[in-house]
Amino acid sequence: MQYITPLAPAYPELFLLAMACVILLTDLFVSDDNRIITYALAQLALAGSLVITYLTASAEPQLTFNGMFVDDLMSDVLKLLLYVGVMTVLVYSRDYLTARGMFRGEFFVLVLFATLGMMVMISANHLLTLYLGLELLTLSLYSMVALQRDSAVATEAAMKYFVLGSLASGMLLYGMSMLYGATGTLEITQLAETILDRGAKDVVLVFALVFIVAGLGFKLGAVPFHMWVPDVYHGAPTAVTLFIGSVPKLAAFAFIMRLLVQGLGAEQLVEEWQPMLIVLAVLSLAIGNVTAIAQTNLKRMLAYSTIGHMGFLLLGILSGDLVGYSAAMFYVVIYVLMNLGAFGMILLLSRGGFEAENLEDFKGLNARSPWYAFMMLLLMFSMAGVPPTVGFYAKLLVLQAVINAGYVWLAVIAVLFSLIGAFYYLRLVKLMYFDAPRDTAPIAPRSDVRVLMSANGLAMLVFGVLPDPLMTLFIYSIQASL
Amino acid sequence: MSFQEFVFYFLSAVLIVSAVGIITMRNPVHAVLCMVLCFFTTAGLWLLLEAEFLAIALVLVYVGAVMVLFLFVVMMLDINMARLREGFWSHLPLGTLVALLLVAEMVLVLGGRYAGFYDTPAPPPLPADYSNTKELGRLVYTEYVYPFEIAAVILLVAIVAAIALTLRRRKQSKYIDPARQIGVRRQDRVRIVQMPAEKKE
Repeated sequence: MQYITPLAPAYPELFLLAMACVILLTDLFVSDDNRIITYALAQLALAGSLVITYLTASAEPQLTFNGMFVDDLMSDVLKLLLYVGVMTVLVYSRDYLTARGMFRGEFFVLVLFATLGMMVMISANHLLTLYLGLELLTLSLYSMVALQRDSAVATEAAMKYFVLGSLASGMLLYGMSMLYGATGTLEITQLAETILDRGAKDVVLVFALVFIVAGLGFKLGAVPFHMWVPDVYHGAPTAVTLFIGSVPKLAAFAFIMRLLVQGLGAEQLVEEWQPMLIVLAVLSLAIGNVTAIAQTNLKRMLAYSTIGHMGFLLLGILSGDLVGYSAAMFYVVIYVLMNLGAFGMILLLSRGGFEAENLEDFKGLNARSPWYAFMMLLLMFSMAGVPPTVGFYAKLLVLQAVINAGYVWLAVIAVLFSLIGAFYYLRLVKLMYFDAPRDTAPIAPRSDVRVLMSANGLAMLVFGVLPDPLMTLFIYSIQASL
Repeated sequence: MSFQEFVFYFLSAVLIVSAVGIITMRNPVHAVLCMVLCFFTTAGLWLLLEAEFLAIALVLVYVGAVMVLFLFVVMMLDINMARLREGFWSHLPLGTLVALLLVAEMVLVLGGRYAGFYDTPAPPPLPADYSNTKELGRLVYTEYVYPFEIAAVILLVAIVAAIALTLRRRKQSKYIDPARQIGVRRQDRVRIVQMPAEKKE
C-alpha cells in the first residue's frame, strides 16, 4: 500500500476547500455593507479552481487516494463547465440576494461547499466517495432552500426536500451495501472487474441495482420519484432554485456514468437496468410535459419541464454506447445552460418585494425590453427544441442514439411528448410578444448581468449552428475516460 | 457452556428485554432509559467480538451524548400520551400485516442461499497485543483519508447551516455587550453637579 498519496490530481478540490474555509473566516470581519468582498473572494475561488483544473487536465486517467479519486478527461470537462455554471449563478443572483437580505457569507460558503461536493462526485472512483460527495452537495442544498427562514413556503420546501432526499440516500446506501455484499469491494473499477469475472447473473446484484436506480431516480427527479421537484423549485428563493435547477445535474450525470456505466456496465447488468431506465424515461417525458401545461407559476412550470428533460437524459444513457453517453452529456450541458438563462431571467425581472415568477409577469416583455424578450425567446425555443437553436440539436443527438440502439418506438414517444411540451414554451413566447404589459417598471440590470445574459441567450444560437466542436469534445472525453 | 458463551447469552437476553421495553414502556422517559441499557449491552456484545474501540465509542457517543440529549428533549416536551395511543386498535391489523411481511422478507433475504449468511467462517483469533484502535486509526488516516476528510467537511457544512438557520440578531432585543458593560467608567454613569446651597426660607 502506498502511504504517500500524490495530491496533484486533487489540487482543484484542495484549493476550493481551502478557499471556502478562508471565506468563512474572512466573512466574520466584513460588515454588511462590504459583503461584496466575500462575493469577490467566492468568484476568485471558482476562477482559481478553473485555472488549476485546466492546467492539470490530462487525457490519461490518474488515480490517487488509494484509487478513491480519479482525474480523467470527463471529470475535467465536467468540472470546467461546473465552475462556469456556478460563477454565472453567483452573478445572476447578486441583486436578488441583496434586495432580500440574503447577500451574506453563509450563502457563498454553502454554494462553494456544494460545488466541492459536486467535484467529489464527478471525480469519485469509490462508492464511499460517491456517496459522501452526494451528501455534501445535498446537505448544502437543503440548508440553502431553508435560508429564507421567515418564508413558510421555503421552510416547507426544505422540509420536503430533506425528508425525501434522506429517503433516497437511504435507498442508494442500501443498494451500495448489497453491491459490497455481493462483490466484496467498493472501488468502482474493481467492482466492474469482479462482476465481469463472475459472468453469471446474480440475484443480489439485481436487487442492488433496483435500489440504486430508485435512489438515482429520486436525485434526478425522474417520475415516479419526482414529487419533491415542483415544490422545492417553487418554494426555494429563486436564486437557490437557479442553483438547484442547473449545475447539480452535471454532477448527477457524472454519478450515473460512474455508477451505472463504469461500475455496473457489465453486459448482464445493462440488460437489467436498460428496461428500468426506459420506464423512468417514458414516465418522466409524459408526466413532466403534460403537467407543465397546467402550471401558471413559471418556476413550477420549469420544474415540470426539468422532469421532462431528465427523461431525455435517461434516454441517452440507456442507449448504452459511446454515442448515447456523449449525447446525454451534450443534453445535460445544454440543459444547464438553458435553465441558467431561464431562471436568470426570472431573477432579472424580480426586484425588492416582487418576484416575476408568474407567467403573467412576462406579458408584453417585448414592449418593455425587446432585447431580453428576444433572449427569453431563444431560451424557450431551445427548450422546446426548435431549430436552429441548440435544444433541437441536443434532442436530435439523443434520438439518433436511441434509434441506433434499436428503440424506434421510444424515439417516437419522445418526439410526441416534446411536441406537447412545445406548447407551454411557446405560450410564454406568445405572452411576451402579443400581450400588453401589466408591469411597467423599467428593466435595468447591472452591466455584468447584461453581458452574461446576452451571452447565455446567444449561446443557444451559436451552439445550435456550430454544435460539432462541443460534441467532438464530449465524445473524445468520454472515450478517454471509459 | 463456556464463560464467553454465558456472557453472550446473558447480554443478548438483556438486550432483547430492553429492546422490547423501548417500544412497550408507557412513560417516554423509561423508554429512553431502556434504550440506554440497550446500547450499553450492545457495547458489551461488541467487546466480545474484540471490537473494543467501537464498543467504547458507542458508550461515549451514544449513551454519553446522544441519549442524554434525547432524554433532555423528551423531558422538555410535553407529550400527550392519550393522543398518541388514539386509534391503536384500528391500526393494529395493518400494522401487524406490515410487520409480518417485513419479518418474512428479512428471513428470505438473510436465510436465502444468496446472502451466504451461514457460510461465513469465524475470523481467526487475533494476537493479544493487537490494538483495534490503532488499526482503525491507521486505516482512517492512510487508506481512507479522503472520505474521512470529506466527512469532516460535511460536519463543517452542518455547523455552518445550523448557525445560519438559527442565529438571528433581533433588533428589538435588549442585548448588552459584556465588553462595553464592564468597560464602563464612573464618569459615564455618574455626573456630579455642583450647585450652590440654597437657604431654606
